[in-house]
Amino acid sequence: MNDKLLALLEQDCTLSTEQLAALCDRSEEEIRAAIEELEEQHVILGYHAAVDWARTDREDVTALIEVQVMPQRGRGFDRVAERIWQFDEVESLYLMSGSYDLACIVTGKTLREVARFVSEHLSALEDVTGTATHFILKRYKDKHVIYETKTVQEEGFVFS
Amino acid sequence: MIDYTSVLAGTIQAIPPSGIRKFFDLLSGMNDAISLGIGEPDYPTPYHIRDAGIWALEKGYTKYTPNAGLSDLRRAIQTYLKRRFDLNYAWDSQILVTVGGSEGIDLALRVMVEPGDEVIIPTPSFVCYAPLVSMARGVPVQVETKVENNFRLTAQELRAAITPKTKVLLLPYPNNPTGGIMGREELEAVAEVLQGTDIMVLSDEIYAELTYGRHHVSPANLPDLYERTIVVNGFSKAYSMTGWRLGYLCGPKEIIGQAIKLHQYGIMSAPTNSQYAAIEALNEGDNDIAVMREDYDGRRRYLLAGFRRLGLDCFEAEGAFYLFPCIRSTGLTSDEFCARFLQEQRVAVIPGSAFGPGGEGFVRACYAASMHDLSEALHRLEQFLADLKK
Repeated sequence: MNDKLLALLEQDCTLSTEQLAALCDRSEEEIRAAIEELEEQHVILGYHAAVDWARTDREDVTALIEVQVMPQRGRGFDRVAERIWQFDEVESLYLMSGSYDLACIVTGKTLREVARFVSEHLSALEDVTGTATHFILKRYKDKHVIYETKTVQEEGFVFS
Repeated sequence: MIDYTSVLAGTIQAIPPSGIRKFFDLLSGMNDAISLGIGEPDYPTPYHIRDAGIWALEKGYTKYTPNAGLSDLRRAIQTYLKRRFDLNYAWDSQILVTVGGSEGIDLALRVMVEPGDEVIIPTPSFVCYAPLVSMARGVPVQVETKVENNFRLTAQELRAAITPKTKVLLLPYPNNPTGGIMGREELEAVAEVLQGTDIMVLSDEIYAELTYGRHHVSPANLPDLYERTIVVNGFSKAYSMTGWRLGYLCGPKEIIGQAIKLHQYGIMSAPTNSQYAAIEALNEGDNDIAVMREDYDGRRRYLLAGFRRLGLDCFEAEGAFYLFPCIRSTGLTSDEFCARFLQEQRVAVIPGSAFGPGGEGFVRACYAASMHDLSEALHRLEQFLADLKK
């Protein structure tokens, strides 16, 4: 049941306990208990809305930064990753295979703000040996959500 | 000046206009209405199926296909029917690809029914059967099924409806609007009643993939019924492909052969693009169906629990994507209920009376809608029922 419950919540965390109970074919009590347990176990870490800021007045800039680092003896990449994720500008951080080590997604109000973050904070870390910054121009899809105005066909009210 | 009533055929003039047309016109003018009215999946066609249609267009596959349909599609239908329902139909003589299941129903009736022939139609059921029988100059004989029998056709009801003029028995299961299904046992009882007659069975199985808790059984699965059964199926409901207009008809080659003749003159061939998409659906779409079915099942339980919580008796539908709650406790007719529910709370459900005898006192709600809409519809229903009591 938990996998189904998690998939439903990941898709729409506003579903009510009653709705989740029907969708999982369980009682509301079972659903409440399962969610509580999943939260305690840190399987569920939070609940989010998918926001398309591009439709608001807020102007911001997002960049994907490839980061090369020198892993530390005994701690690998984790120590430096932790130092990077502490910055509020860092939206996401992943350890990667391939030609660089960490993928860091950073959001700032302006291009200059992101640039300053890279030059003053990220590159200043002694374990960081190189960065490559790619600015994100447009978000089409994120976590299965499409960020584009839906157009709909003319539908017939067909009695079927 | 031409008097058109004298020009138009009596058969078509005798068919009453759809009673709920007005209702839909009203609905289409409301922006904030929630529609649980239209029997249509709320998903778009799965992308890999759409992509197969796009691919066919890119390749320039835009000509007529063989009258009976692409041979690859008919082969795929043969394989699919065997795999999913253990049905045996030969692609080259027993399968015809049609423009939706509806064309299949029309063709099957027109190749069998002669003036005065009776066609038994269990009701409540989908609205097209009786008019199509009438257009074939047959006589629709509607048999009311009962909620206490889970809206199944009983042997007793069937026996009482048979006369020497009975030509066809229509079996609309899984049923729209009730959600009733016929199990093997009930079909065996039907087989027993039909034994020794020449009565044919036209089985509308458009919702065959959408059953909950148990697998669909076709009358054609019963050896005693196979030779007298014509199966209608299609892609609209199973693969969310309503707008592609594609279905198929399977049955004895003698019947299918005549249906192909009629189809070739009236239609020529089903849309080519849709046929290529349908091959993809049949070969690679089992998982899409499984996902949709599970999703519908969850919404079915949600809406059912909601109706019952609000005090409406409701048969636990076993198939299709409709619930058919009884609204007699409100003191309203099903027409009144639907008109007022739409006007006062802006939620559209369909009056049971539209589905023939036995439908009065019920309304049809389609749960192929988002959880958000279902939740809001229940909320508005609660308000509506409370207002009625004032």
